[in-house]
Amino acid sequence: MKKFERFEGVVAPLDRANVDTDLIIPKQFLKSIKRTGFGVNLFDELRYLDEGQPGQDCSQRPLNPDFVLNQPRYQGAEVLLARRNFGCGSSREHAPWALEDFGFKVVIAPSFADIFYNNAFKNGILLITLAEEEVDRLFAEAEAREGYQLDVDLENQRVITPSGEILEFEVDEFRKHCLLNGLDDIGITLQDEDAIRRFEEKHRRQRPWLFRQPA
Amino acid sequence: MSGQTLYDKLWNQHLVKQRDDGTALIYIDRQLLHEVTSPQAFEGLRLANRKPWRLDANLATPDHNVPTTVKERAEGNSGIKDPVSLIQVQTLDDNCLEYGIEEFKINDPRQGIVHVVGPEQGATLPGMTVVCGDSHTATHGAFGALAHGIGTSEVEHVLATQCLLAQKMKNMQVRVEGELGLGVTAKDVVLAIIGEIGTAGGTGYAIEFAGSAIASLSMEGRMTVCNMAIEAGARVGLIAVDDTTIDYLAERPFAPTAEQWDAAVADWRQLVSDADAQFDKVVTLKAEDIEPQVSWGTSPEMVTGISGQVPDPQAAKDETVQRSHARALEYMGLQANQKITDIKLDKVFIGSCTNSRIEDLREAAKVAKGKKVADSIQLAMVVPGSGLVKRQAEAEGLDKIFTEAGFEWREPGCSMCLAMNADKLGAGEHCASTSNRNFEGRQGYGGRTHLVSPAMAAAAAIAGHFVDVRTLPANDANHAQEA
Repeated sequence: MKKFERFEGVVAPLDRANVDTDLIIPKQFLKSIKRTGFGVNLFDELRYLDEGQPGQDCSQRPLNPDFVLNQPRYQGAEVLLARRNFGCGSSREHAPWALEDFGFKVVIAPSFADIFYNNAFKNGILLITLAEEEVDRLFAEAEAREGYQLDVDLENQRVITPSGEILEFEVDEFRKHCLLNGLDDIGITLQDEDAIRRFEEKHRRQRPWLFRQPA
Repeated sequence: MSGQTLYDKLWNQHLVKQRDDGTALIYIDRQLLHEVTSPQAFEGLRLANRKPWRLDANLATPDHNVPTTVKERAEGNSGIKDPVSLIQVQTLDDNCLEYGIEEFKINDPRQGIVHVVGPEQGATLPGMTVVCGDSHTATHGAFGALAHGIGTSEVEHVLATQCLLAQKMKNMQVRVEGELGLGVTAKDVVLAIIGEIGTAGGTGYAIEFAGSAIASLSMEGRMTVCNMAIEAGARVGLIAVDDTTIDYLAERPFAPTAEQWDAAVADWRQLVSDADAQFDKVVTLKAEDIEPQVSWGTSPEMVTGISGQVPDPQAAKDETVQRSHARALEYMGLQANQKITDIKLDKVFIGSCTNSRIEDLREAAKVAKGKKVADSIQLAMVVPGSGLVKRQAEAEGLDKIFTEAGFEWREPGCSMCLAMNADKLGAGEHCASTSNRNFEGRQGYGGRTHLVSPAMAAAAAIAGHFVDVRTLPANDANHAQEA
């Protein structure tokens, strides 16, 4: 995982509540056994006017001109601005893989679904939860001004708008640490290998049926 | 100090290490694997030169991609016509073989939807932590197990360390008190709960379902309720252990036997919330108020009773909801104030990890018995949740009831719930579905899903539109609950 560094990025506003993971990446693309290459199918049903198929050359497909990510002013966006309960639905990690592959580093919303929240951080994507009013304001600003960018500073847990307004956000210490240092959490967990083994032995003594296999 | 909730107990029993930063290591007793969310996890292990921590904690079966037609299934993996799907199923087989993980392959009679297979085998037990790279893992909470849906990175993490990095959730209790009316099922209960608290109502919580109406449900019904906890935003749904739980598990292949059974049962009896346990949030519904439910929109919270109508978006409480409702109506091709019973259907799907167990099929069969699927319905299909459910249903003659009525009787798998295989809706088609998600495109590009119970789906297949199962003549739907 790459280290998450402070950056200024173009903001794309996706004005829709309850964006589910089926919408982020439709099921036909989950058949891949790889982690990469999902970006061209991010928001496939919103982005294109036809039904997408895995392995297709997407450069030839008809684009939906009304969809935010197809508008010239939002090209190269790295910050996705979204509405409440973003990422609800399935546990497919293909959703953050698609966002990351497309080029998004950050999603800002008033709330996120739990499983998506975990999955995003494990792929180096920072999810920022801001108050509904703050998100409303960012929507208004991003839509009003072409080339609108936000300065995202994870170290100090703040987002700075072009006018210099500072929006602070909460993020738990462990996730922040992993993102800033680009850490693989399996490696971190395995530092506790002895504790896991001790727990496992005790657990097996107390509840041997949990370790049973059929005859 | 107040007592512990069921969730608190399960958490404490599996806590390996609490870190200062608020995260914890939780030991995982069971991981269920399927073909869609595991290949990248195995690949990650391989790249890092890591080995699975404990092979016998894992159990695998292909379910999402498998074809459900009898002819294709007879050919095993080579019956999978889509080459990309075939690679995915083959990759699961290869990974299980390479690492030595038990797998019920495509034509093993024990194959099926992971969330049907685990409980059916007794591979899900009370007091376990259960994970799977699938959000409907909450299903297993019906057994008083702490069951999480996880992402692929977490699948890899559990394979490598037998632990999950987690943060403790808050406790919510959803009580359903009273007696359910005839024809009102577990599916209607959970849809009504989601309608009440919303799709984000359970975010950050573990939901324990309780109250007399929940306690009166069979294990199949309890699994239906916990299955859809995620549709209320909660990763975890739970129901306390009681006699119903224990009776269901006796003599299942993975369940303990002899003296170990007695010790296990004594331990499982403790898996209830203490009388003085404190919940962060409590929601109560009256069972009598719940009627058969039908979803009209593109989110499971967009649901109403069969006697209701499609809402007018203008009447919604705020602008965001108004826009969501308006967009949903447009996608669904429905009008504001249209009666639910006036919604015409094109297809009917009975199946999925929500409603494909034997009791679900019995409820649907009672309604279908001696009737014919309406001419206007292009396809009505019944997809059992596992090979064993299919055998049981055939032993009871349910397959005959369905096929005589004009339903297709299929082989087990996830099928049209998410349409990763060939079973899907065409654009604009309305489907009465016993599955769990009515998102845009979920059952096929442009498809329009209405979530209902198995009895309601069967009744809709016969009428060609939604009908209230409670109004059907006696001896069929009115007794649908008795199974």
